[in-house]
Amino acid sequence: MKTIEQKGMYPKFPRSGKDTRVTHYCAGCGHGIVNKLVAECCAEMGLQDNTIFVDPVGCGVFTYYYWDAAHISAAHGRASAAATGVSRARPDAVTIAYQGDGDLGAIGFNNAFQAASRGEKFGCIFINNSLYGMTGGQMAPTTLEGETTTTTPFGRDPALTGHPLHVCEVFSQLQAPVYIARVSVADTKRILQCKQAIKRLFEIQRDHKGYALLEILAPCPTNFRMDPLKAAEFCKNEMEAEFPLGVFKDAEKGVGGSRSCATEGGADAQERVPPASASLVVKPVPQVASCAELFGVSDGVDAPPAEDDPAVPERRFKFAGYGGQGILSLGICVAEAARLEKRHTLWFPSYGPEQRGGSASCSVVVSGMPIGSPTVEHPDVLVCMNQPSYERFVGDVKKGGVVIVDATVPLTKQPPEGVKLYQVPAIQMAEDFGVPKAANTMMLAALRAFKATGLGDESLETALCASFKKKPQLVEKNRDLLRRAEDALLNN
Amino acid sequence: MTKFVKSNEAVVMGALYAGCDLYFGYPITPASEIAHGAAKWFPMLGRTFVQAECETASVNMMFGAAGAGKLCMTATSGPGFSLMQEGISYLAGAELPAVIVDINRAGPGLGNVYPEQSDYTPAVKGGGHGNYQTFTLAPASAQEMCDLTIKAFQMAAKWRTPAVVFADGLQGQMMENVTLPDAELPRPDFSDWAAQGEAKTRQNLVKSIFLDAAAQEVFNEHLQRKYEDMAADAMAETYLAADAELIIVAFGIASRVARTTAETLRRKGLKVGVFRPITLNPFPRERLAAAAKGRKVMTIELDAGQFADDVRLNLAKSGLGAEAASVMMIHRMGGQVVTVDDVVKAGKMILGK
Ligand SMILES: Cc1ncc(C[n+]2csc(CCOP(=O)(O)OP(=O)(O)O)c2C)c(N)n1
Ligand code: SF4
Repeated sequence: MKTIEQKGMYPKFPRSGKDTRVTHYCAGCGHGIVNKLVAECCAEMGLQDNTIFVDPVGCGVFTYYYWDAAHISAAHGRASAAATGVSRARPDAVTIAYQGDGDLGAIGFNNAFQAASRGEKFGCIFINNSLYGMTGGQMAPTTLEGETTTTTPFGRDPALTGHPLHVCEVFSQLQAPVYIARVSVADTKRILQCKQAIKRLFEIQRDHKGYALLEILAPCPTNFRMDPLKAAEFCKNEMEAEFPLGVFKDAEKGVGGSRSCATEGGADAQERVPPASASLVVKPVPQVASCAELFGVSDGVDAPPAEDDPAVPERRFKFAGYGGQGILSLGICVAEAARLEKRHTLWFPSYGPEQRGGSASCSVVVSGMPIGSPTVEHPDVLVCMNQPSYERFVGDVKKGGVVIVDATVPLTKQPPEGVKLYQVPAIQMAEDFGVPKAANTMMLAALRAFKATGLGDESLETALCASFKKKPQLVEKNRDLLRRAEDALLNN
Repeated sequence: MTKFVKSNEAVVMGALYAGCDLYFGYPITPASEIAHGAAKWFPMLGRTFVQAECETASVNMMFGAAGAGKLCMTATSGPGFSLMQEGISYLAGAELPAVIVDINRAGPGLGNVYPEQSDYTPAVKGGGHGNYQTFTLAPASAQEMCDLTIKAFQMAAKWRTPAVVFADGLQGQMMENVTLPDAELPRPDFSDWAAQGEAKTRQNLVKSIFLDAAAQEVFNEHLQRKYEDMAADAMAETYLAADAELIIVAFGIASRVARTTAETLRRKGLKVGVFRPITLNPFPRERLAAAAKGRKVMTIELDAGQFADDVRLNLAKSGLGAEAASVMMIHRMGGQVVTVDDVVKAGKMILGK
């Protein structure tokens, strides 16, 4: 057999396991024609080194046998998701996804649609042959009304299966895509138009302008159960009647899509559609050079790593109250103080829907040695700012432990024997000081005054101040509040 | 630099130090802080964050990015992890390095957001279709959430495999000290197989399809050999185990309960130790056998016994049939955490005290 050189294709197809130039497509298959055109465009534009093809699962799965360029063979329906990953990973490359109408129109529709909506920078070649070729001619979302397939043996009934899905029409409602068009390969004239459109798709990718989708109506003689000529006629007559050819969106030529945002010059030159509200603006991302620069500054206290000290006993804390009372930051404050003293320290909050009801709690474990179990089943210290949490946790406190509860909480339950109970008017004091938000600072004062934490006064104060690192104007105020509250508590 | 960090954020820090260039993810409690951290920090470092439309998309975006030769990751929890299984199988089938973090929540179904270890089998044995495995690491502290994420990238690249960092909801929320690495790791060079869009990678093909049954079998055999070789990178830790009569076997958060239990029982004069697999796949079988031989064995776990069965299997495969047959288990499910009190009671009973 004489081999004819085909631009952009391998001279022979050894990846198919055969040393020939015979493709796996049936005679008259639209894929076969499109494969030739795609290869030609890629080669003629000199893009073979730069192109990464993302192949589908469907009859197009073996384009990697033919196209002489890099390939990634994606899962069924996922070529657009994979192409998103490829083009994000290699923004300088030309990324082309190739998908069938089951692949893109059914299982992978949302992935394709969302990629288009995000304006991912890849081109998608979408073969509409009105059915599932590879798996034996089943109905696709694009199957025509009345068309017989193996899963619509009586013809597609719109009453049961809806109407054919018009992908171009749907996608062209989106703002981000640059180019959306439908062409056909049913005859020579159409094939020439198709090639121009494929070229356009490659150009858009070469110039990194944005998302482009090219739908190509293609015959599947095998599953139409027709000879190639009849199949082409069906494609031209019946399919085009349902799916008109044309350009649905071309941002550069001002076709379609009133809210287009793509122009020449690619992403940087993109003309943004004004957002609905002037106050909603995209902020510039602050750039840092390295992880060390990003993470090298402490958000809280600057503490050294923990050191083992078997002489320091473990102490477990529970802090509980309503969300907004500063319970979580009170816990963090105690944890930070422990870190300053080189203790092993652990903090964790209640999370999930629990928070929604308005309650918040957190646990802190401080130890001279590495901490095992993180859960605080029997706290040494319990701080409660509301009644539900007092009732829930007070019975668990360890013998010899301490309970500090806000004076507003009625003592409906007594703590276990051997547990010390302090009622502290934290909420009231914070109000009296004119800073109602500082009830948690009042509780910290109580913890310090009653020596409940096993931590130094200095560490607690430094930790409190560090917690206002982002609001430096509040540091001295809170230090002062802490001291005054402590004095008040000790003198009562 | 030592910082007090939420474990979920420590994962992101580790990933960035490991040279991860792309994050793809879909929100789910209790893993969302990982996406939040990534959304902020990846772009600040000029790297890429994409919020995918679903977990199927996340994992397939990873397939594309990894296929294009970059380190990438995602994080999720149970339901999302289920959705990703087909994609993880494809990653394994195309031998692509990528890191998936599963912050296990309680299931099945929607379940709740509290900690479980019930994704054990899919996270450790390969939860999708076909004969594949993942390299699976089980951190037990915020420090390890950072360190083992880094390790996951290294192992993923070394073995060309998806790697799973397997933790739970409670762990994800915990803040602890994390000492960050001194330097970022250099990017690995994947140009001998990745599709990078440049001349030297033009002939590269990333695929998981072998139409020919014989070729598919050869590939499967290659994978199985690779998984056997991975055993060289198994990691484990023992605590108070040398003279222990009872060995508690546990991983992740449960191993910390085990640690406190062992300390408590030691104070009562009972010889109890802990064996903690740090890699769940490869499972540190030989080290488990050495620690468990002739001892009583009990597991602590937050599932219905998937881990205990794996411990039994590994003991049996080590020739410790008697130990395997008598493995006991203390477990909780539904988001409840095994308490030290419960394990102490069980330990005393087992040791007849
Ligand atoms: C998850 C999954 N489900 C089903 C399949 C089986 N499958 C392979 S190709 C295909 C449909 C292909 O149809 P289409 O995308 O229209 O491409 P064509 O073969 O017509 O070119 C299906 C259902 C699969 N590979 N993966
Ligand atoms: S079955 Fe149809 S789509 Fe598939 S190769 Fe044959 S003609 Fe083409």
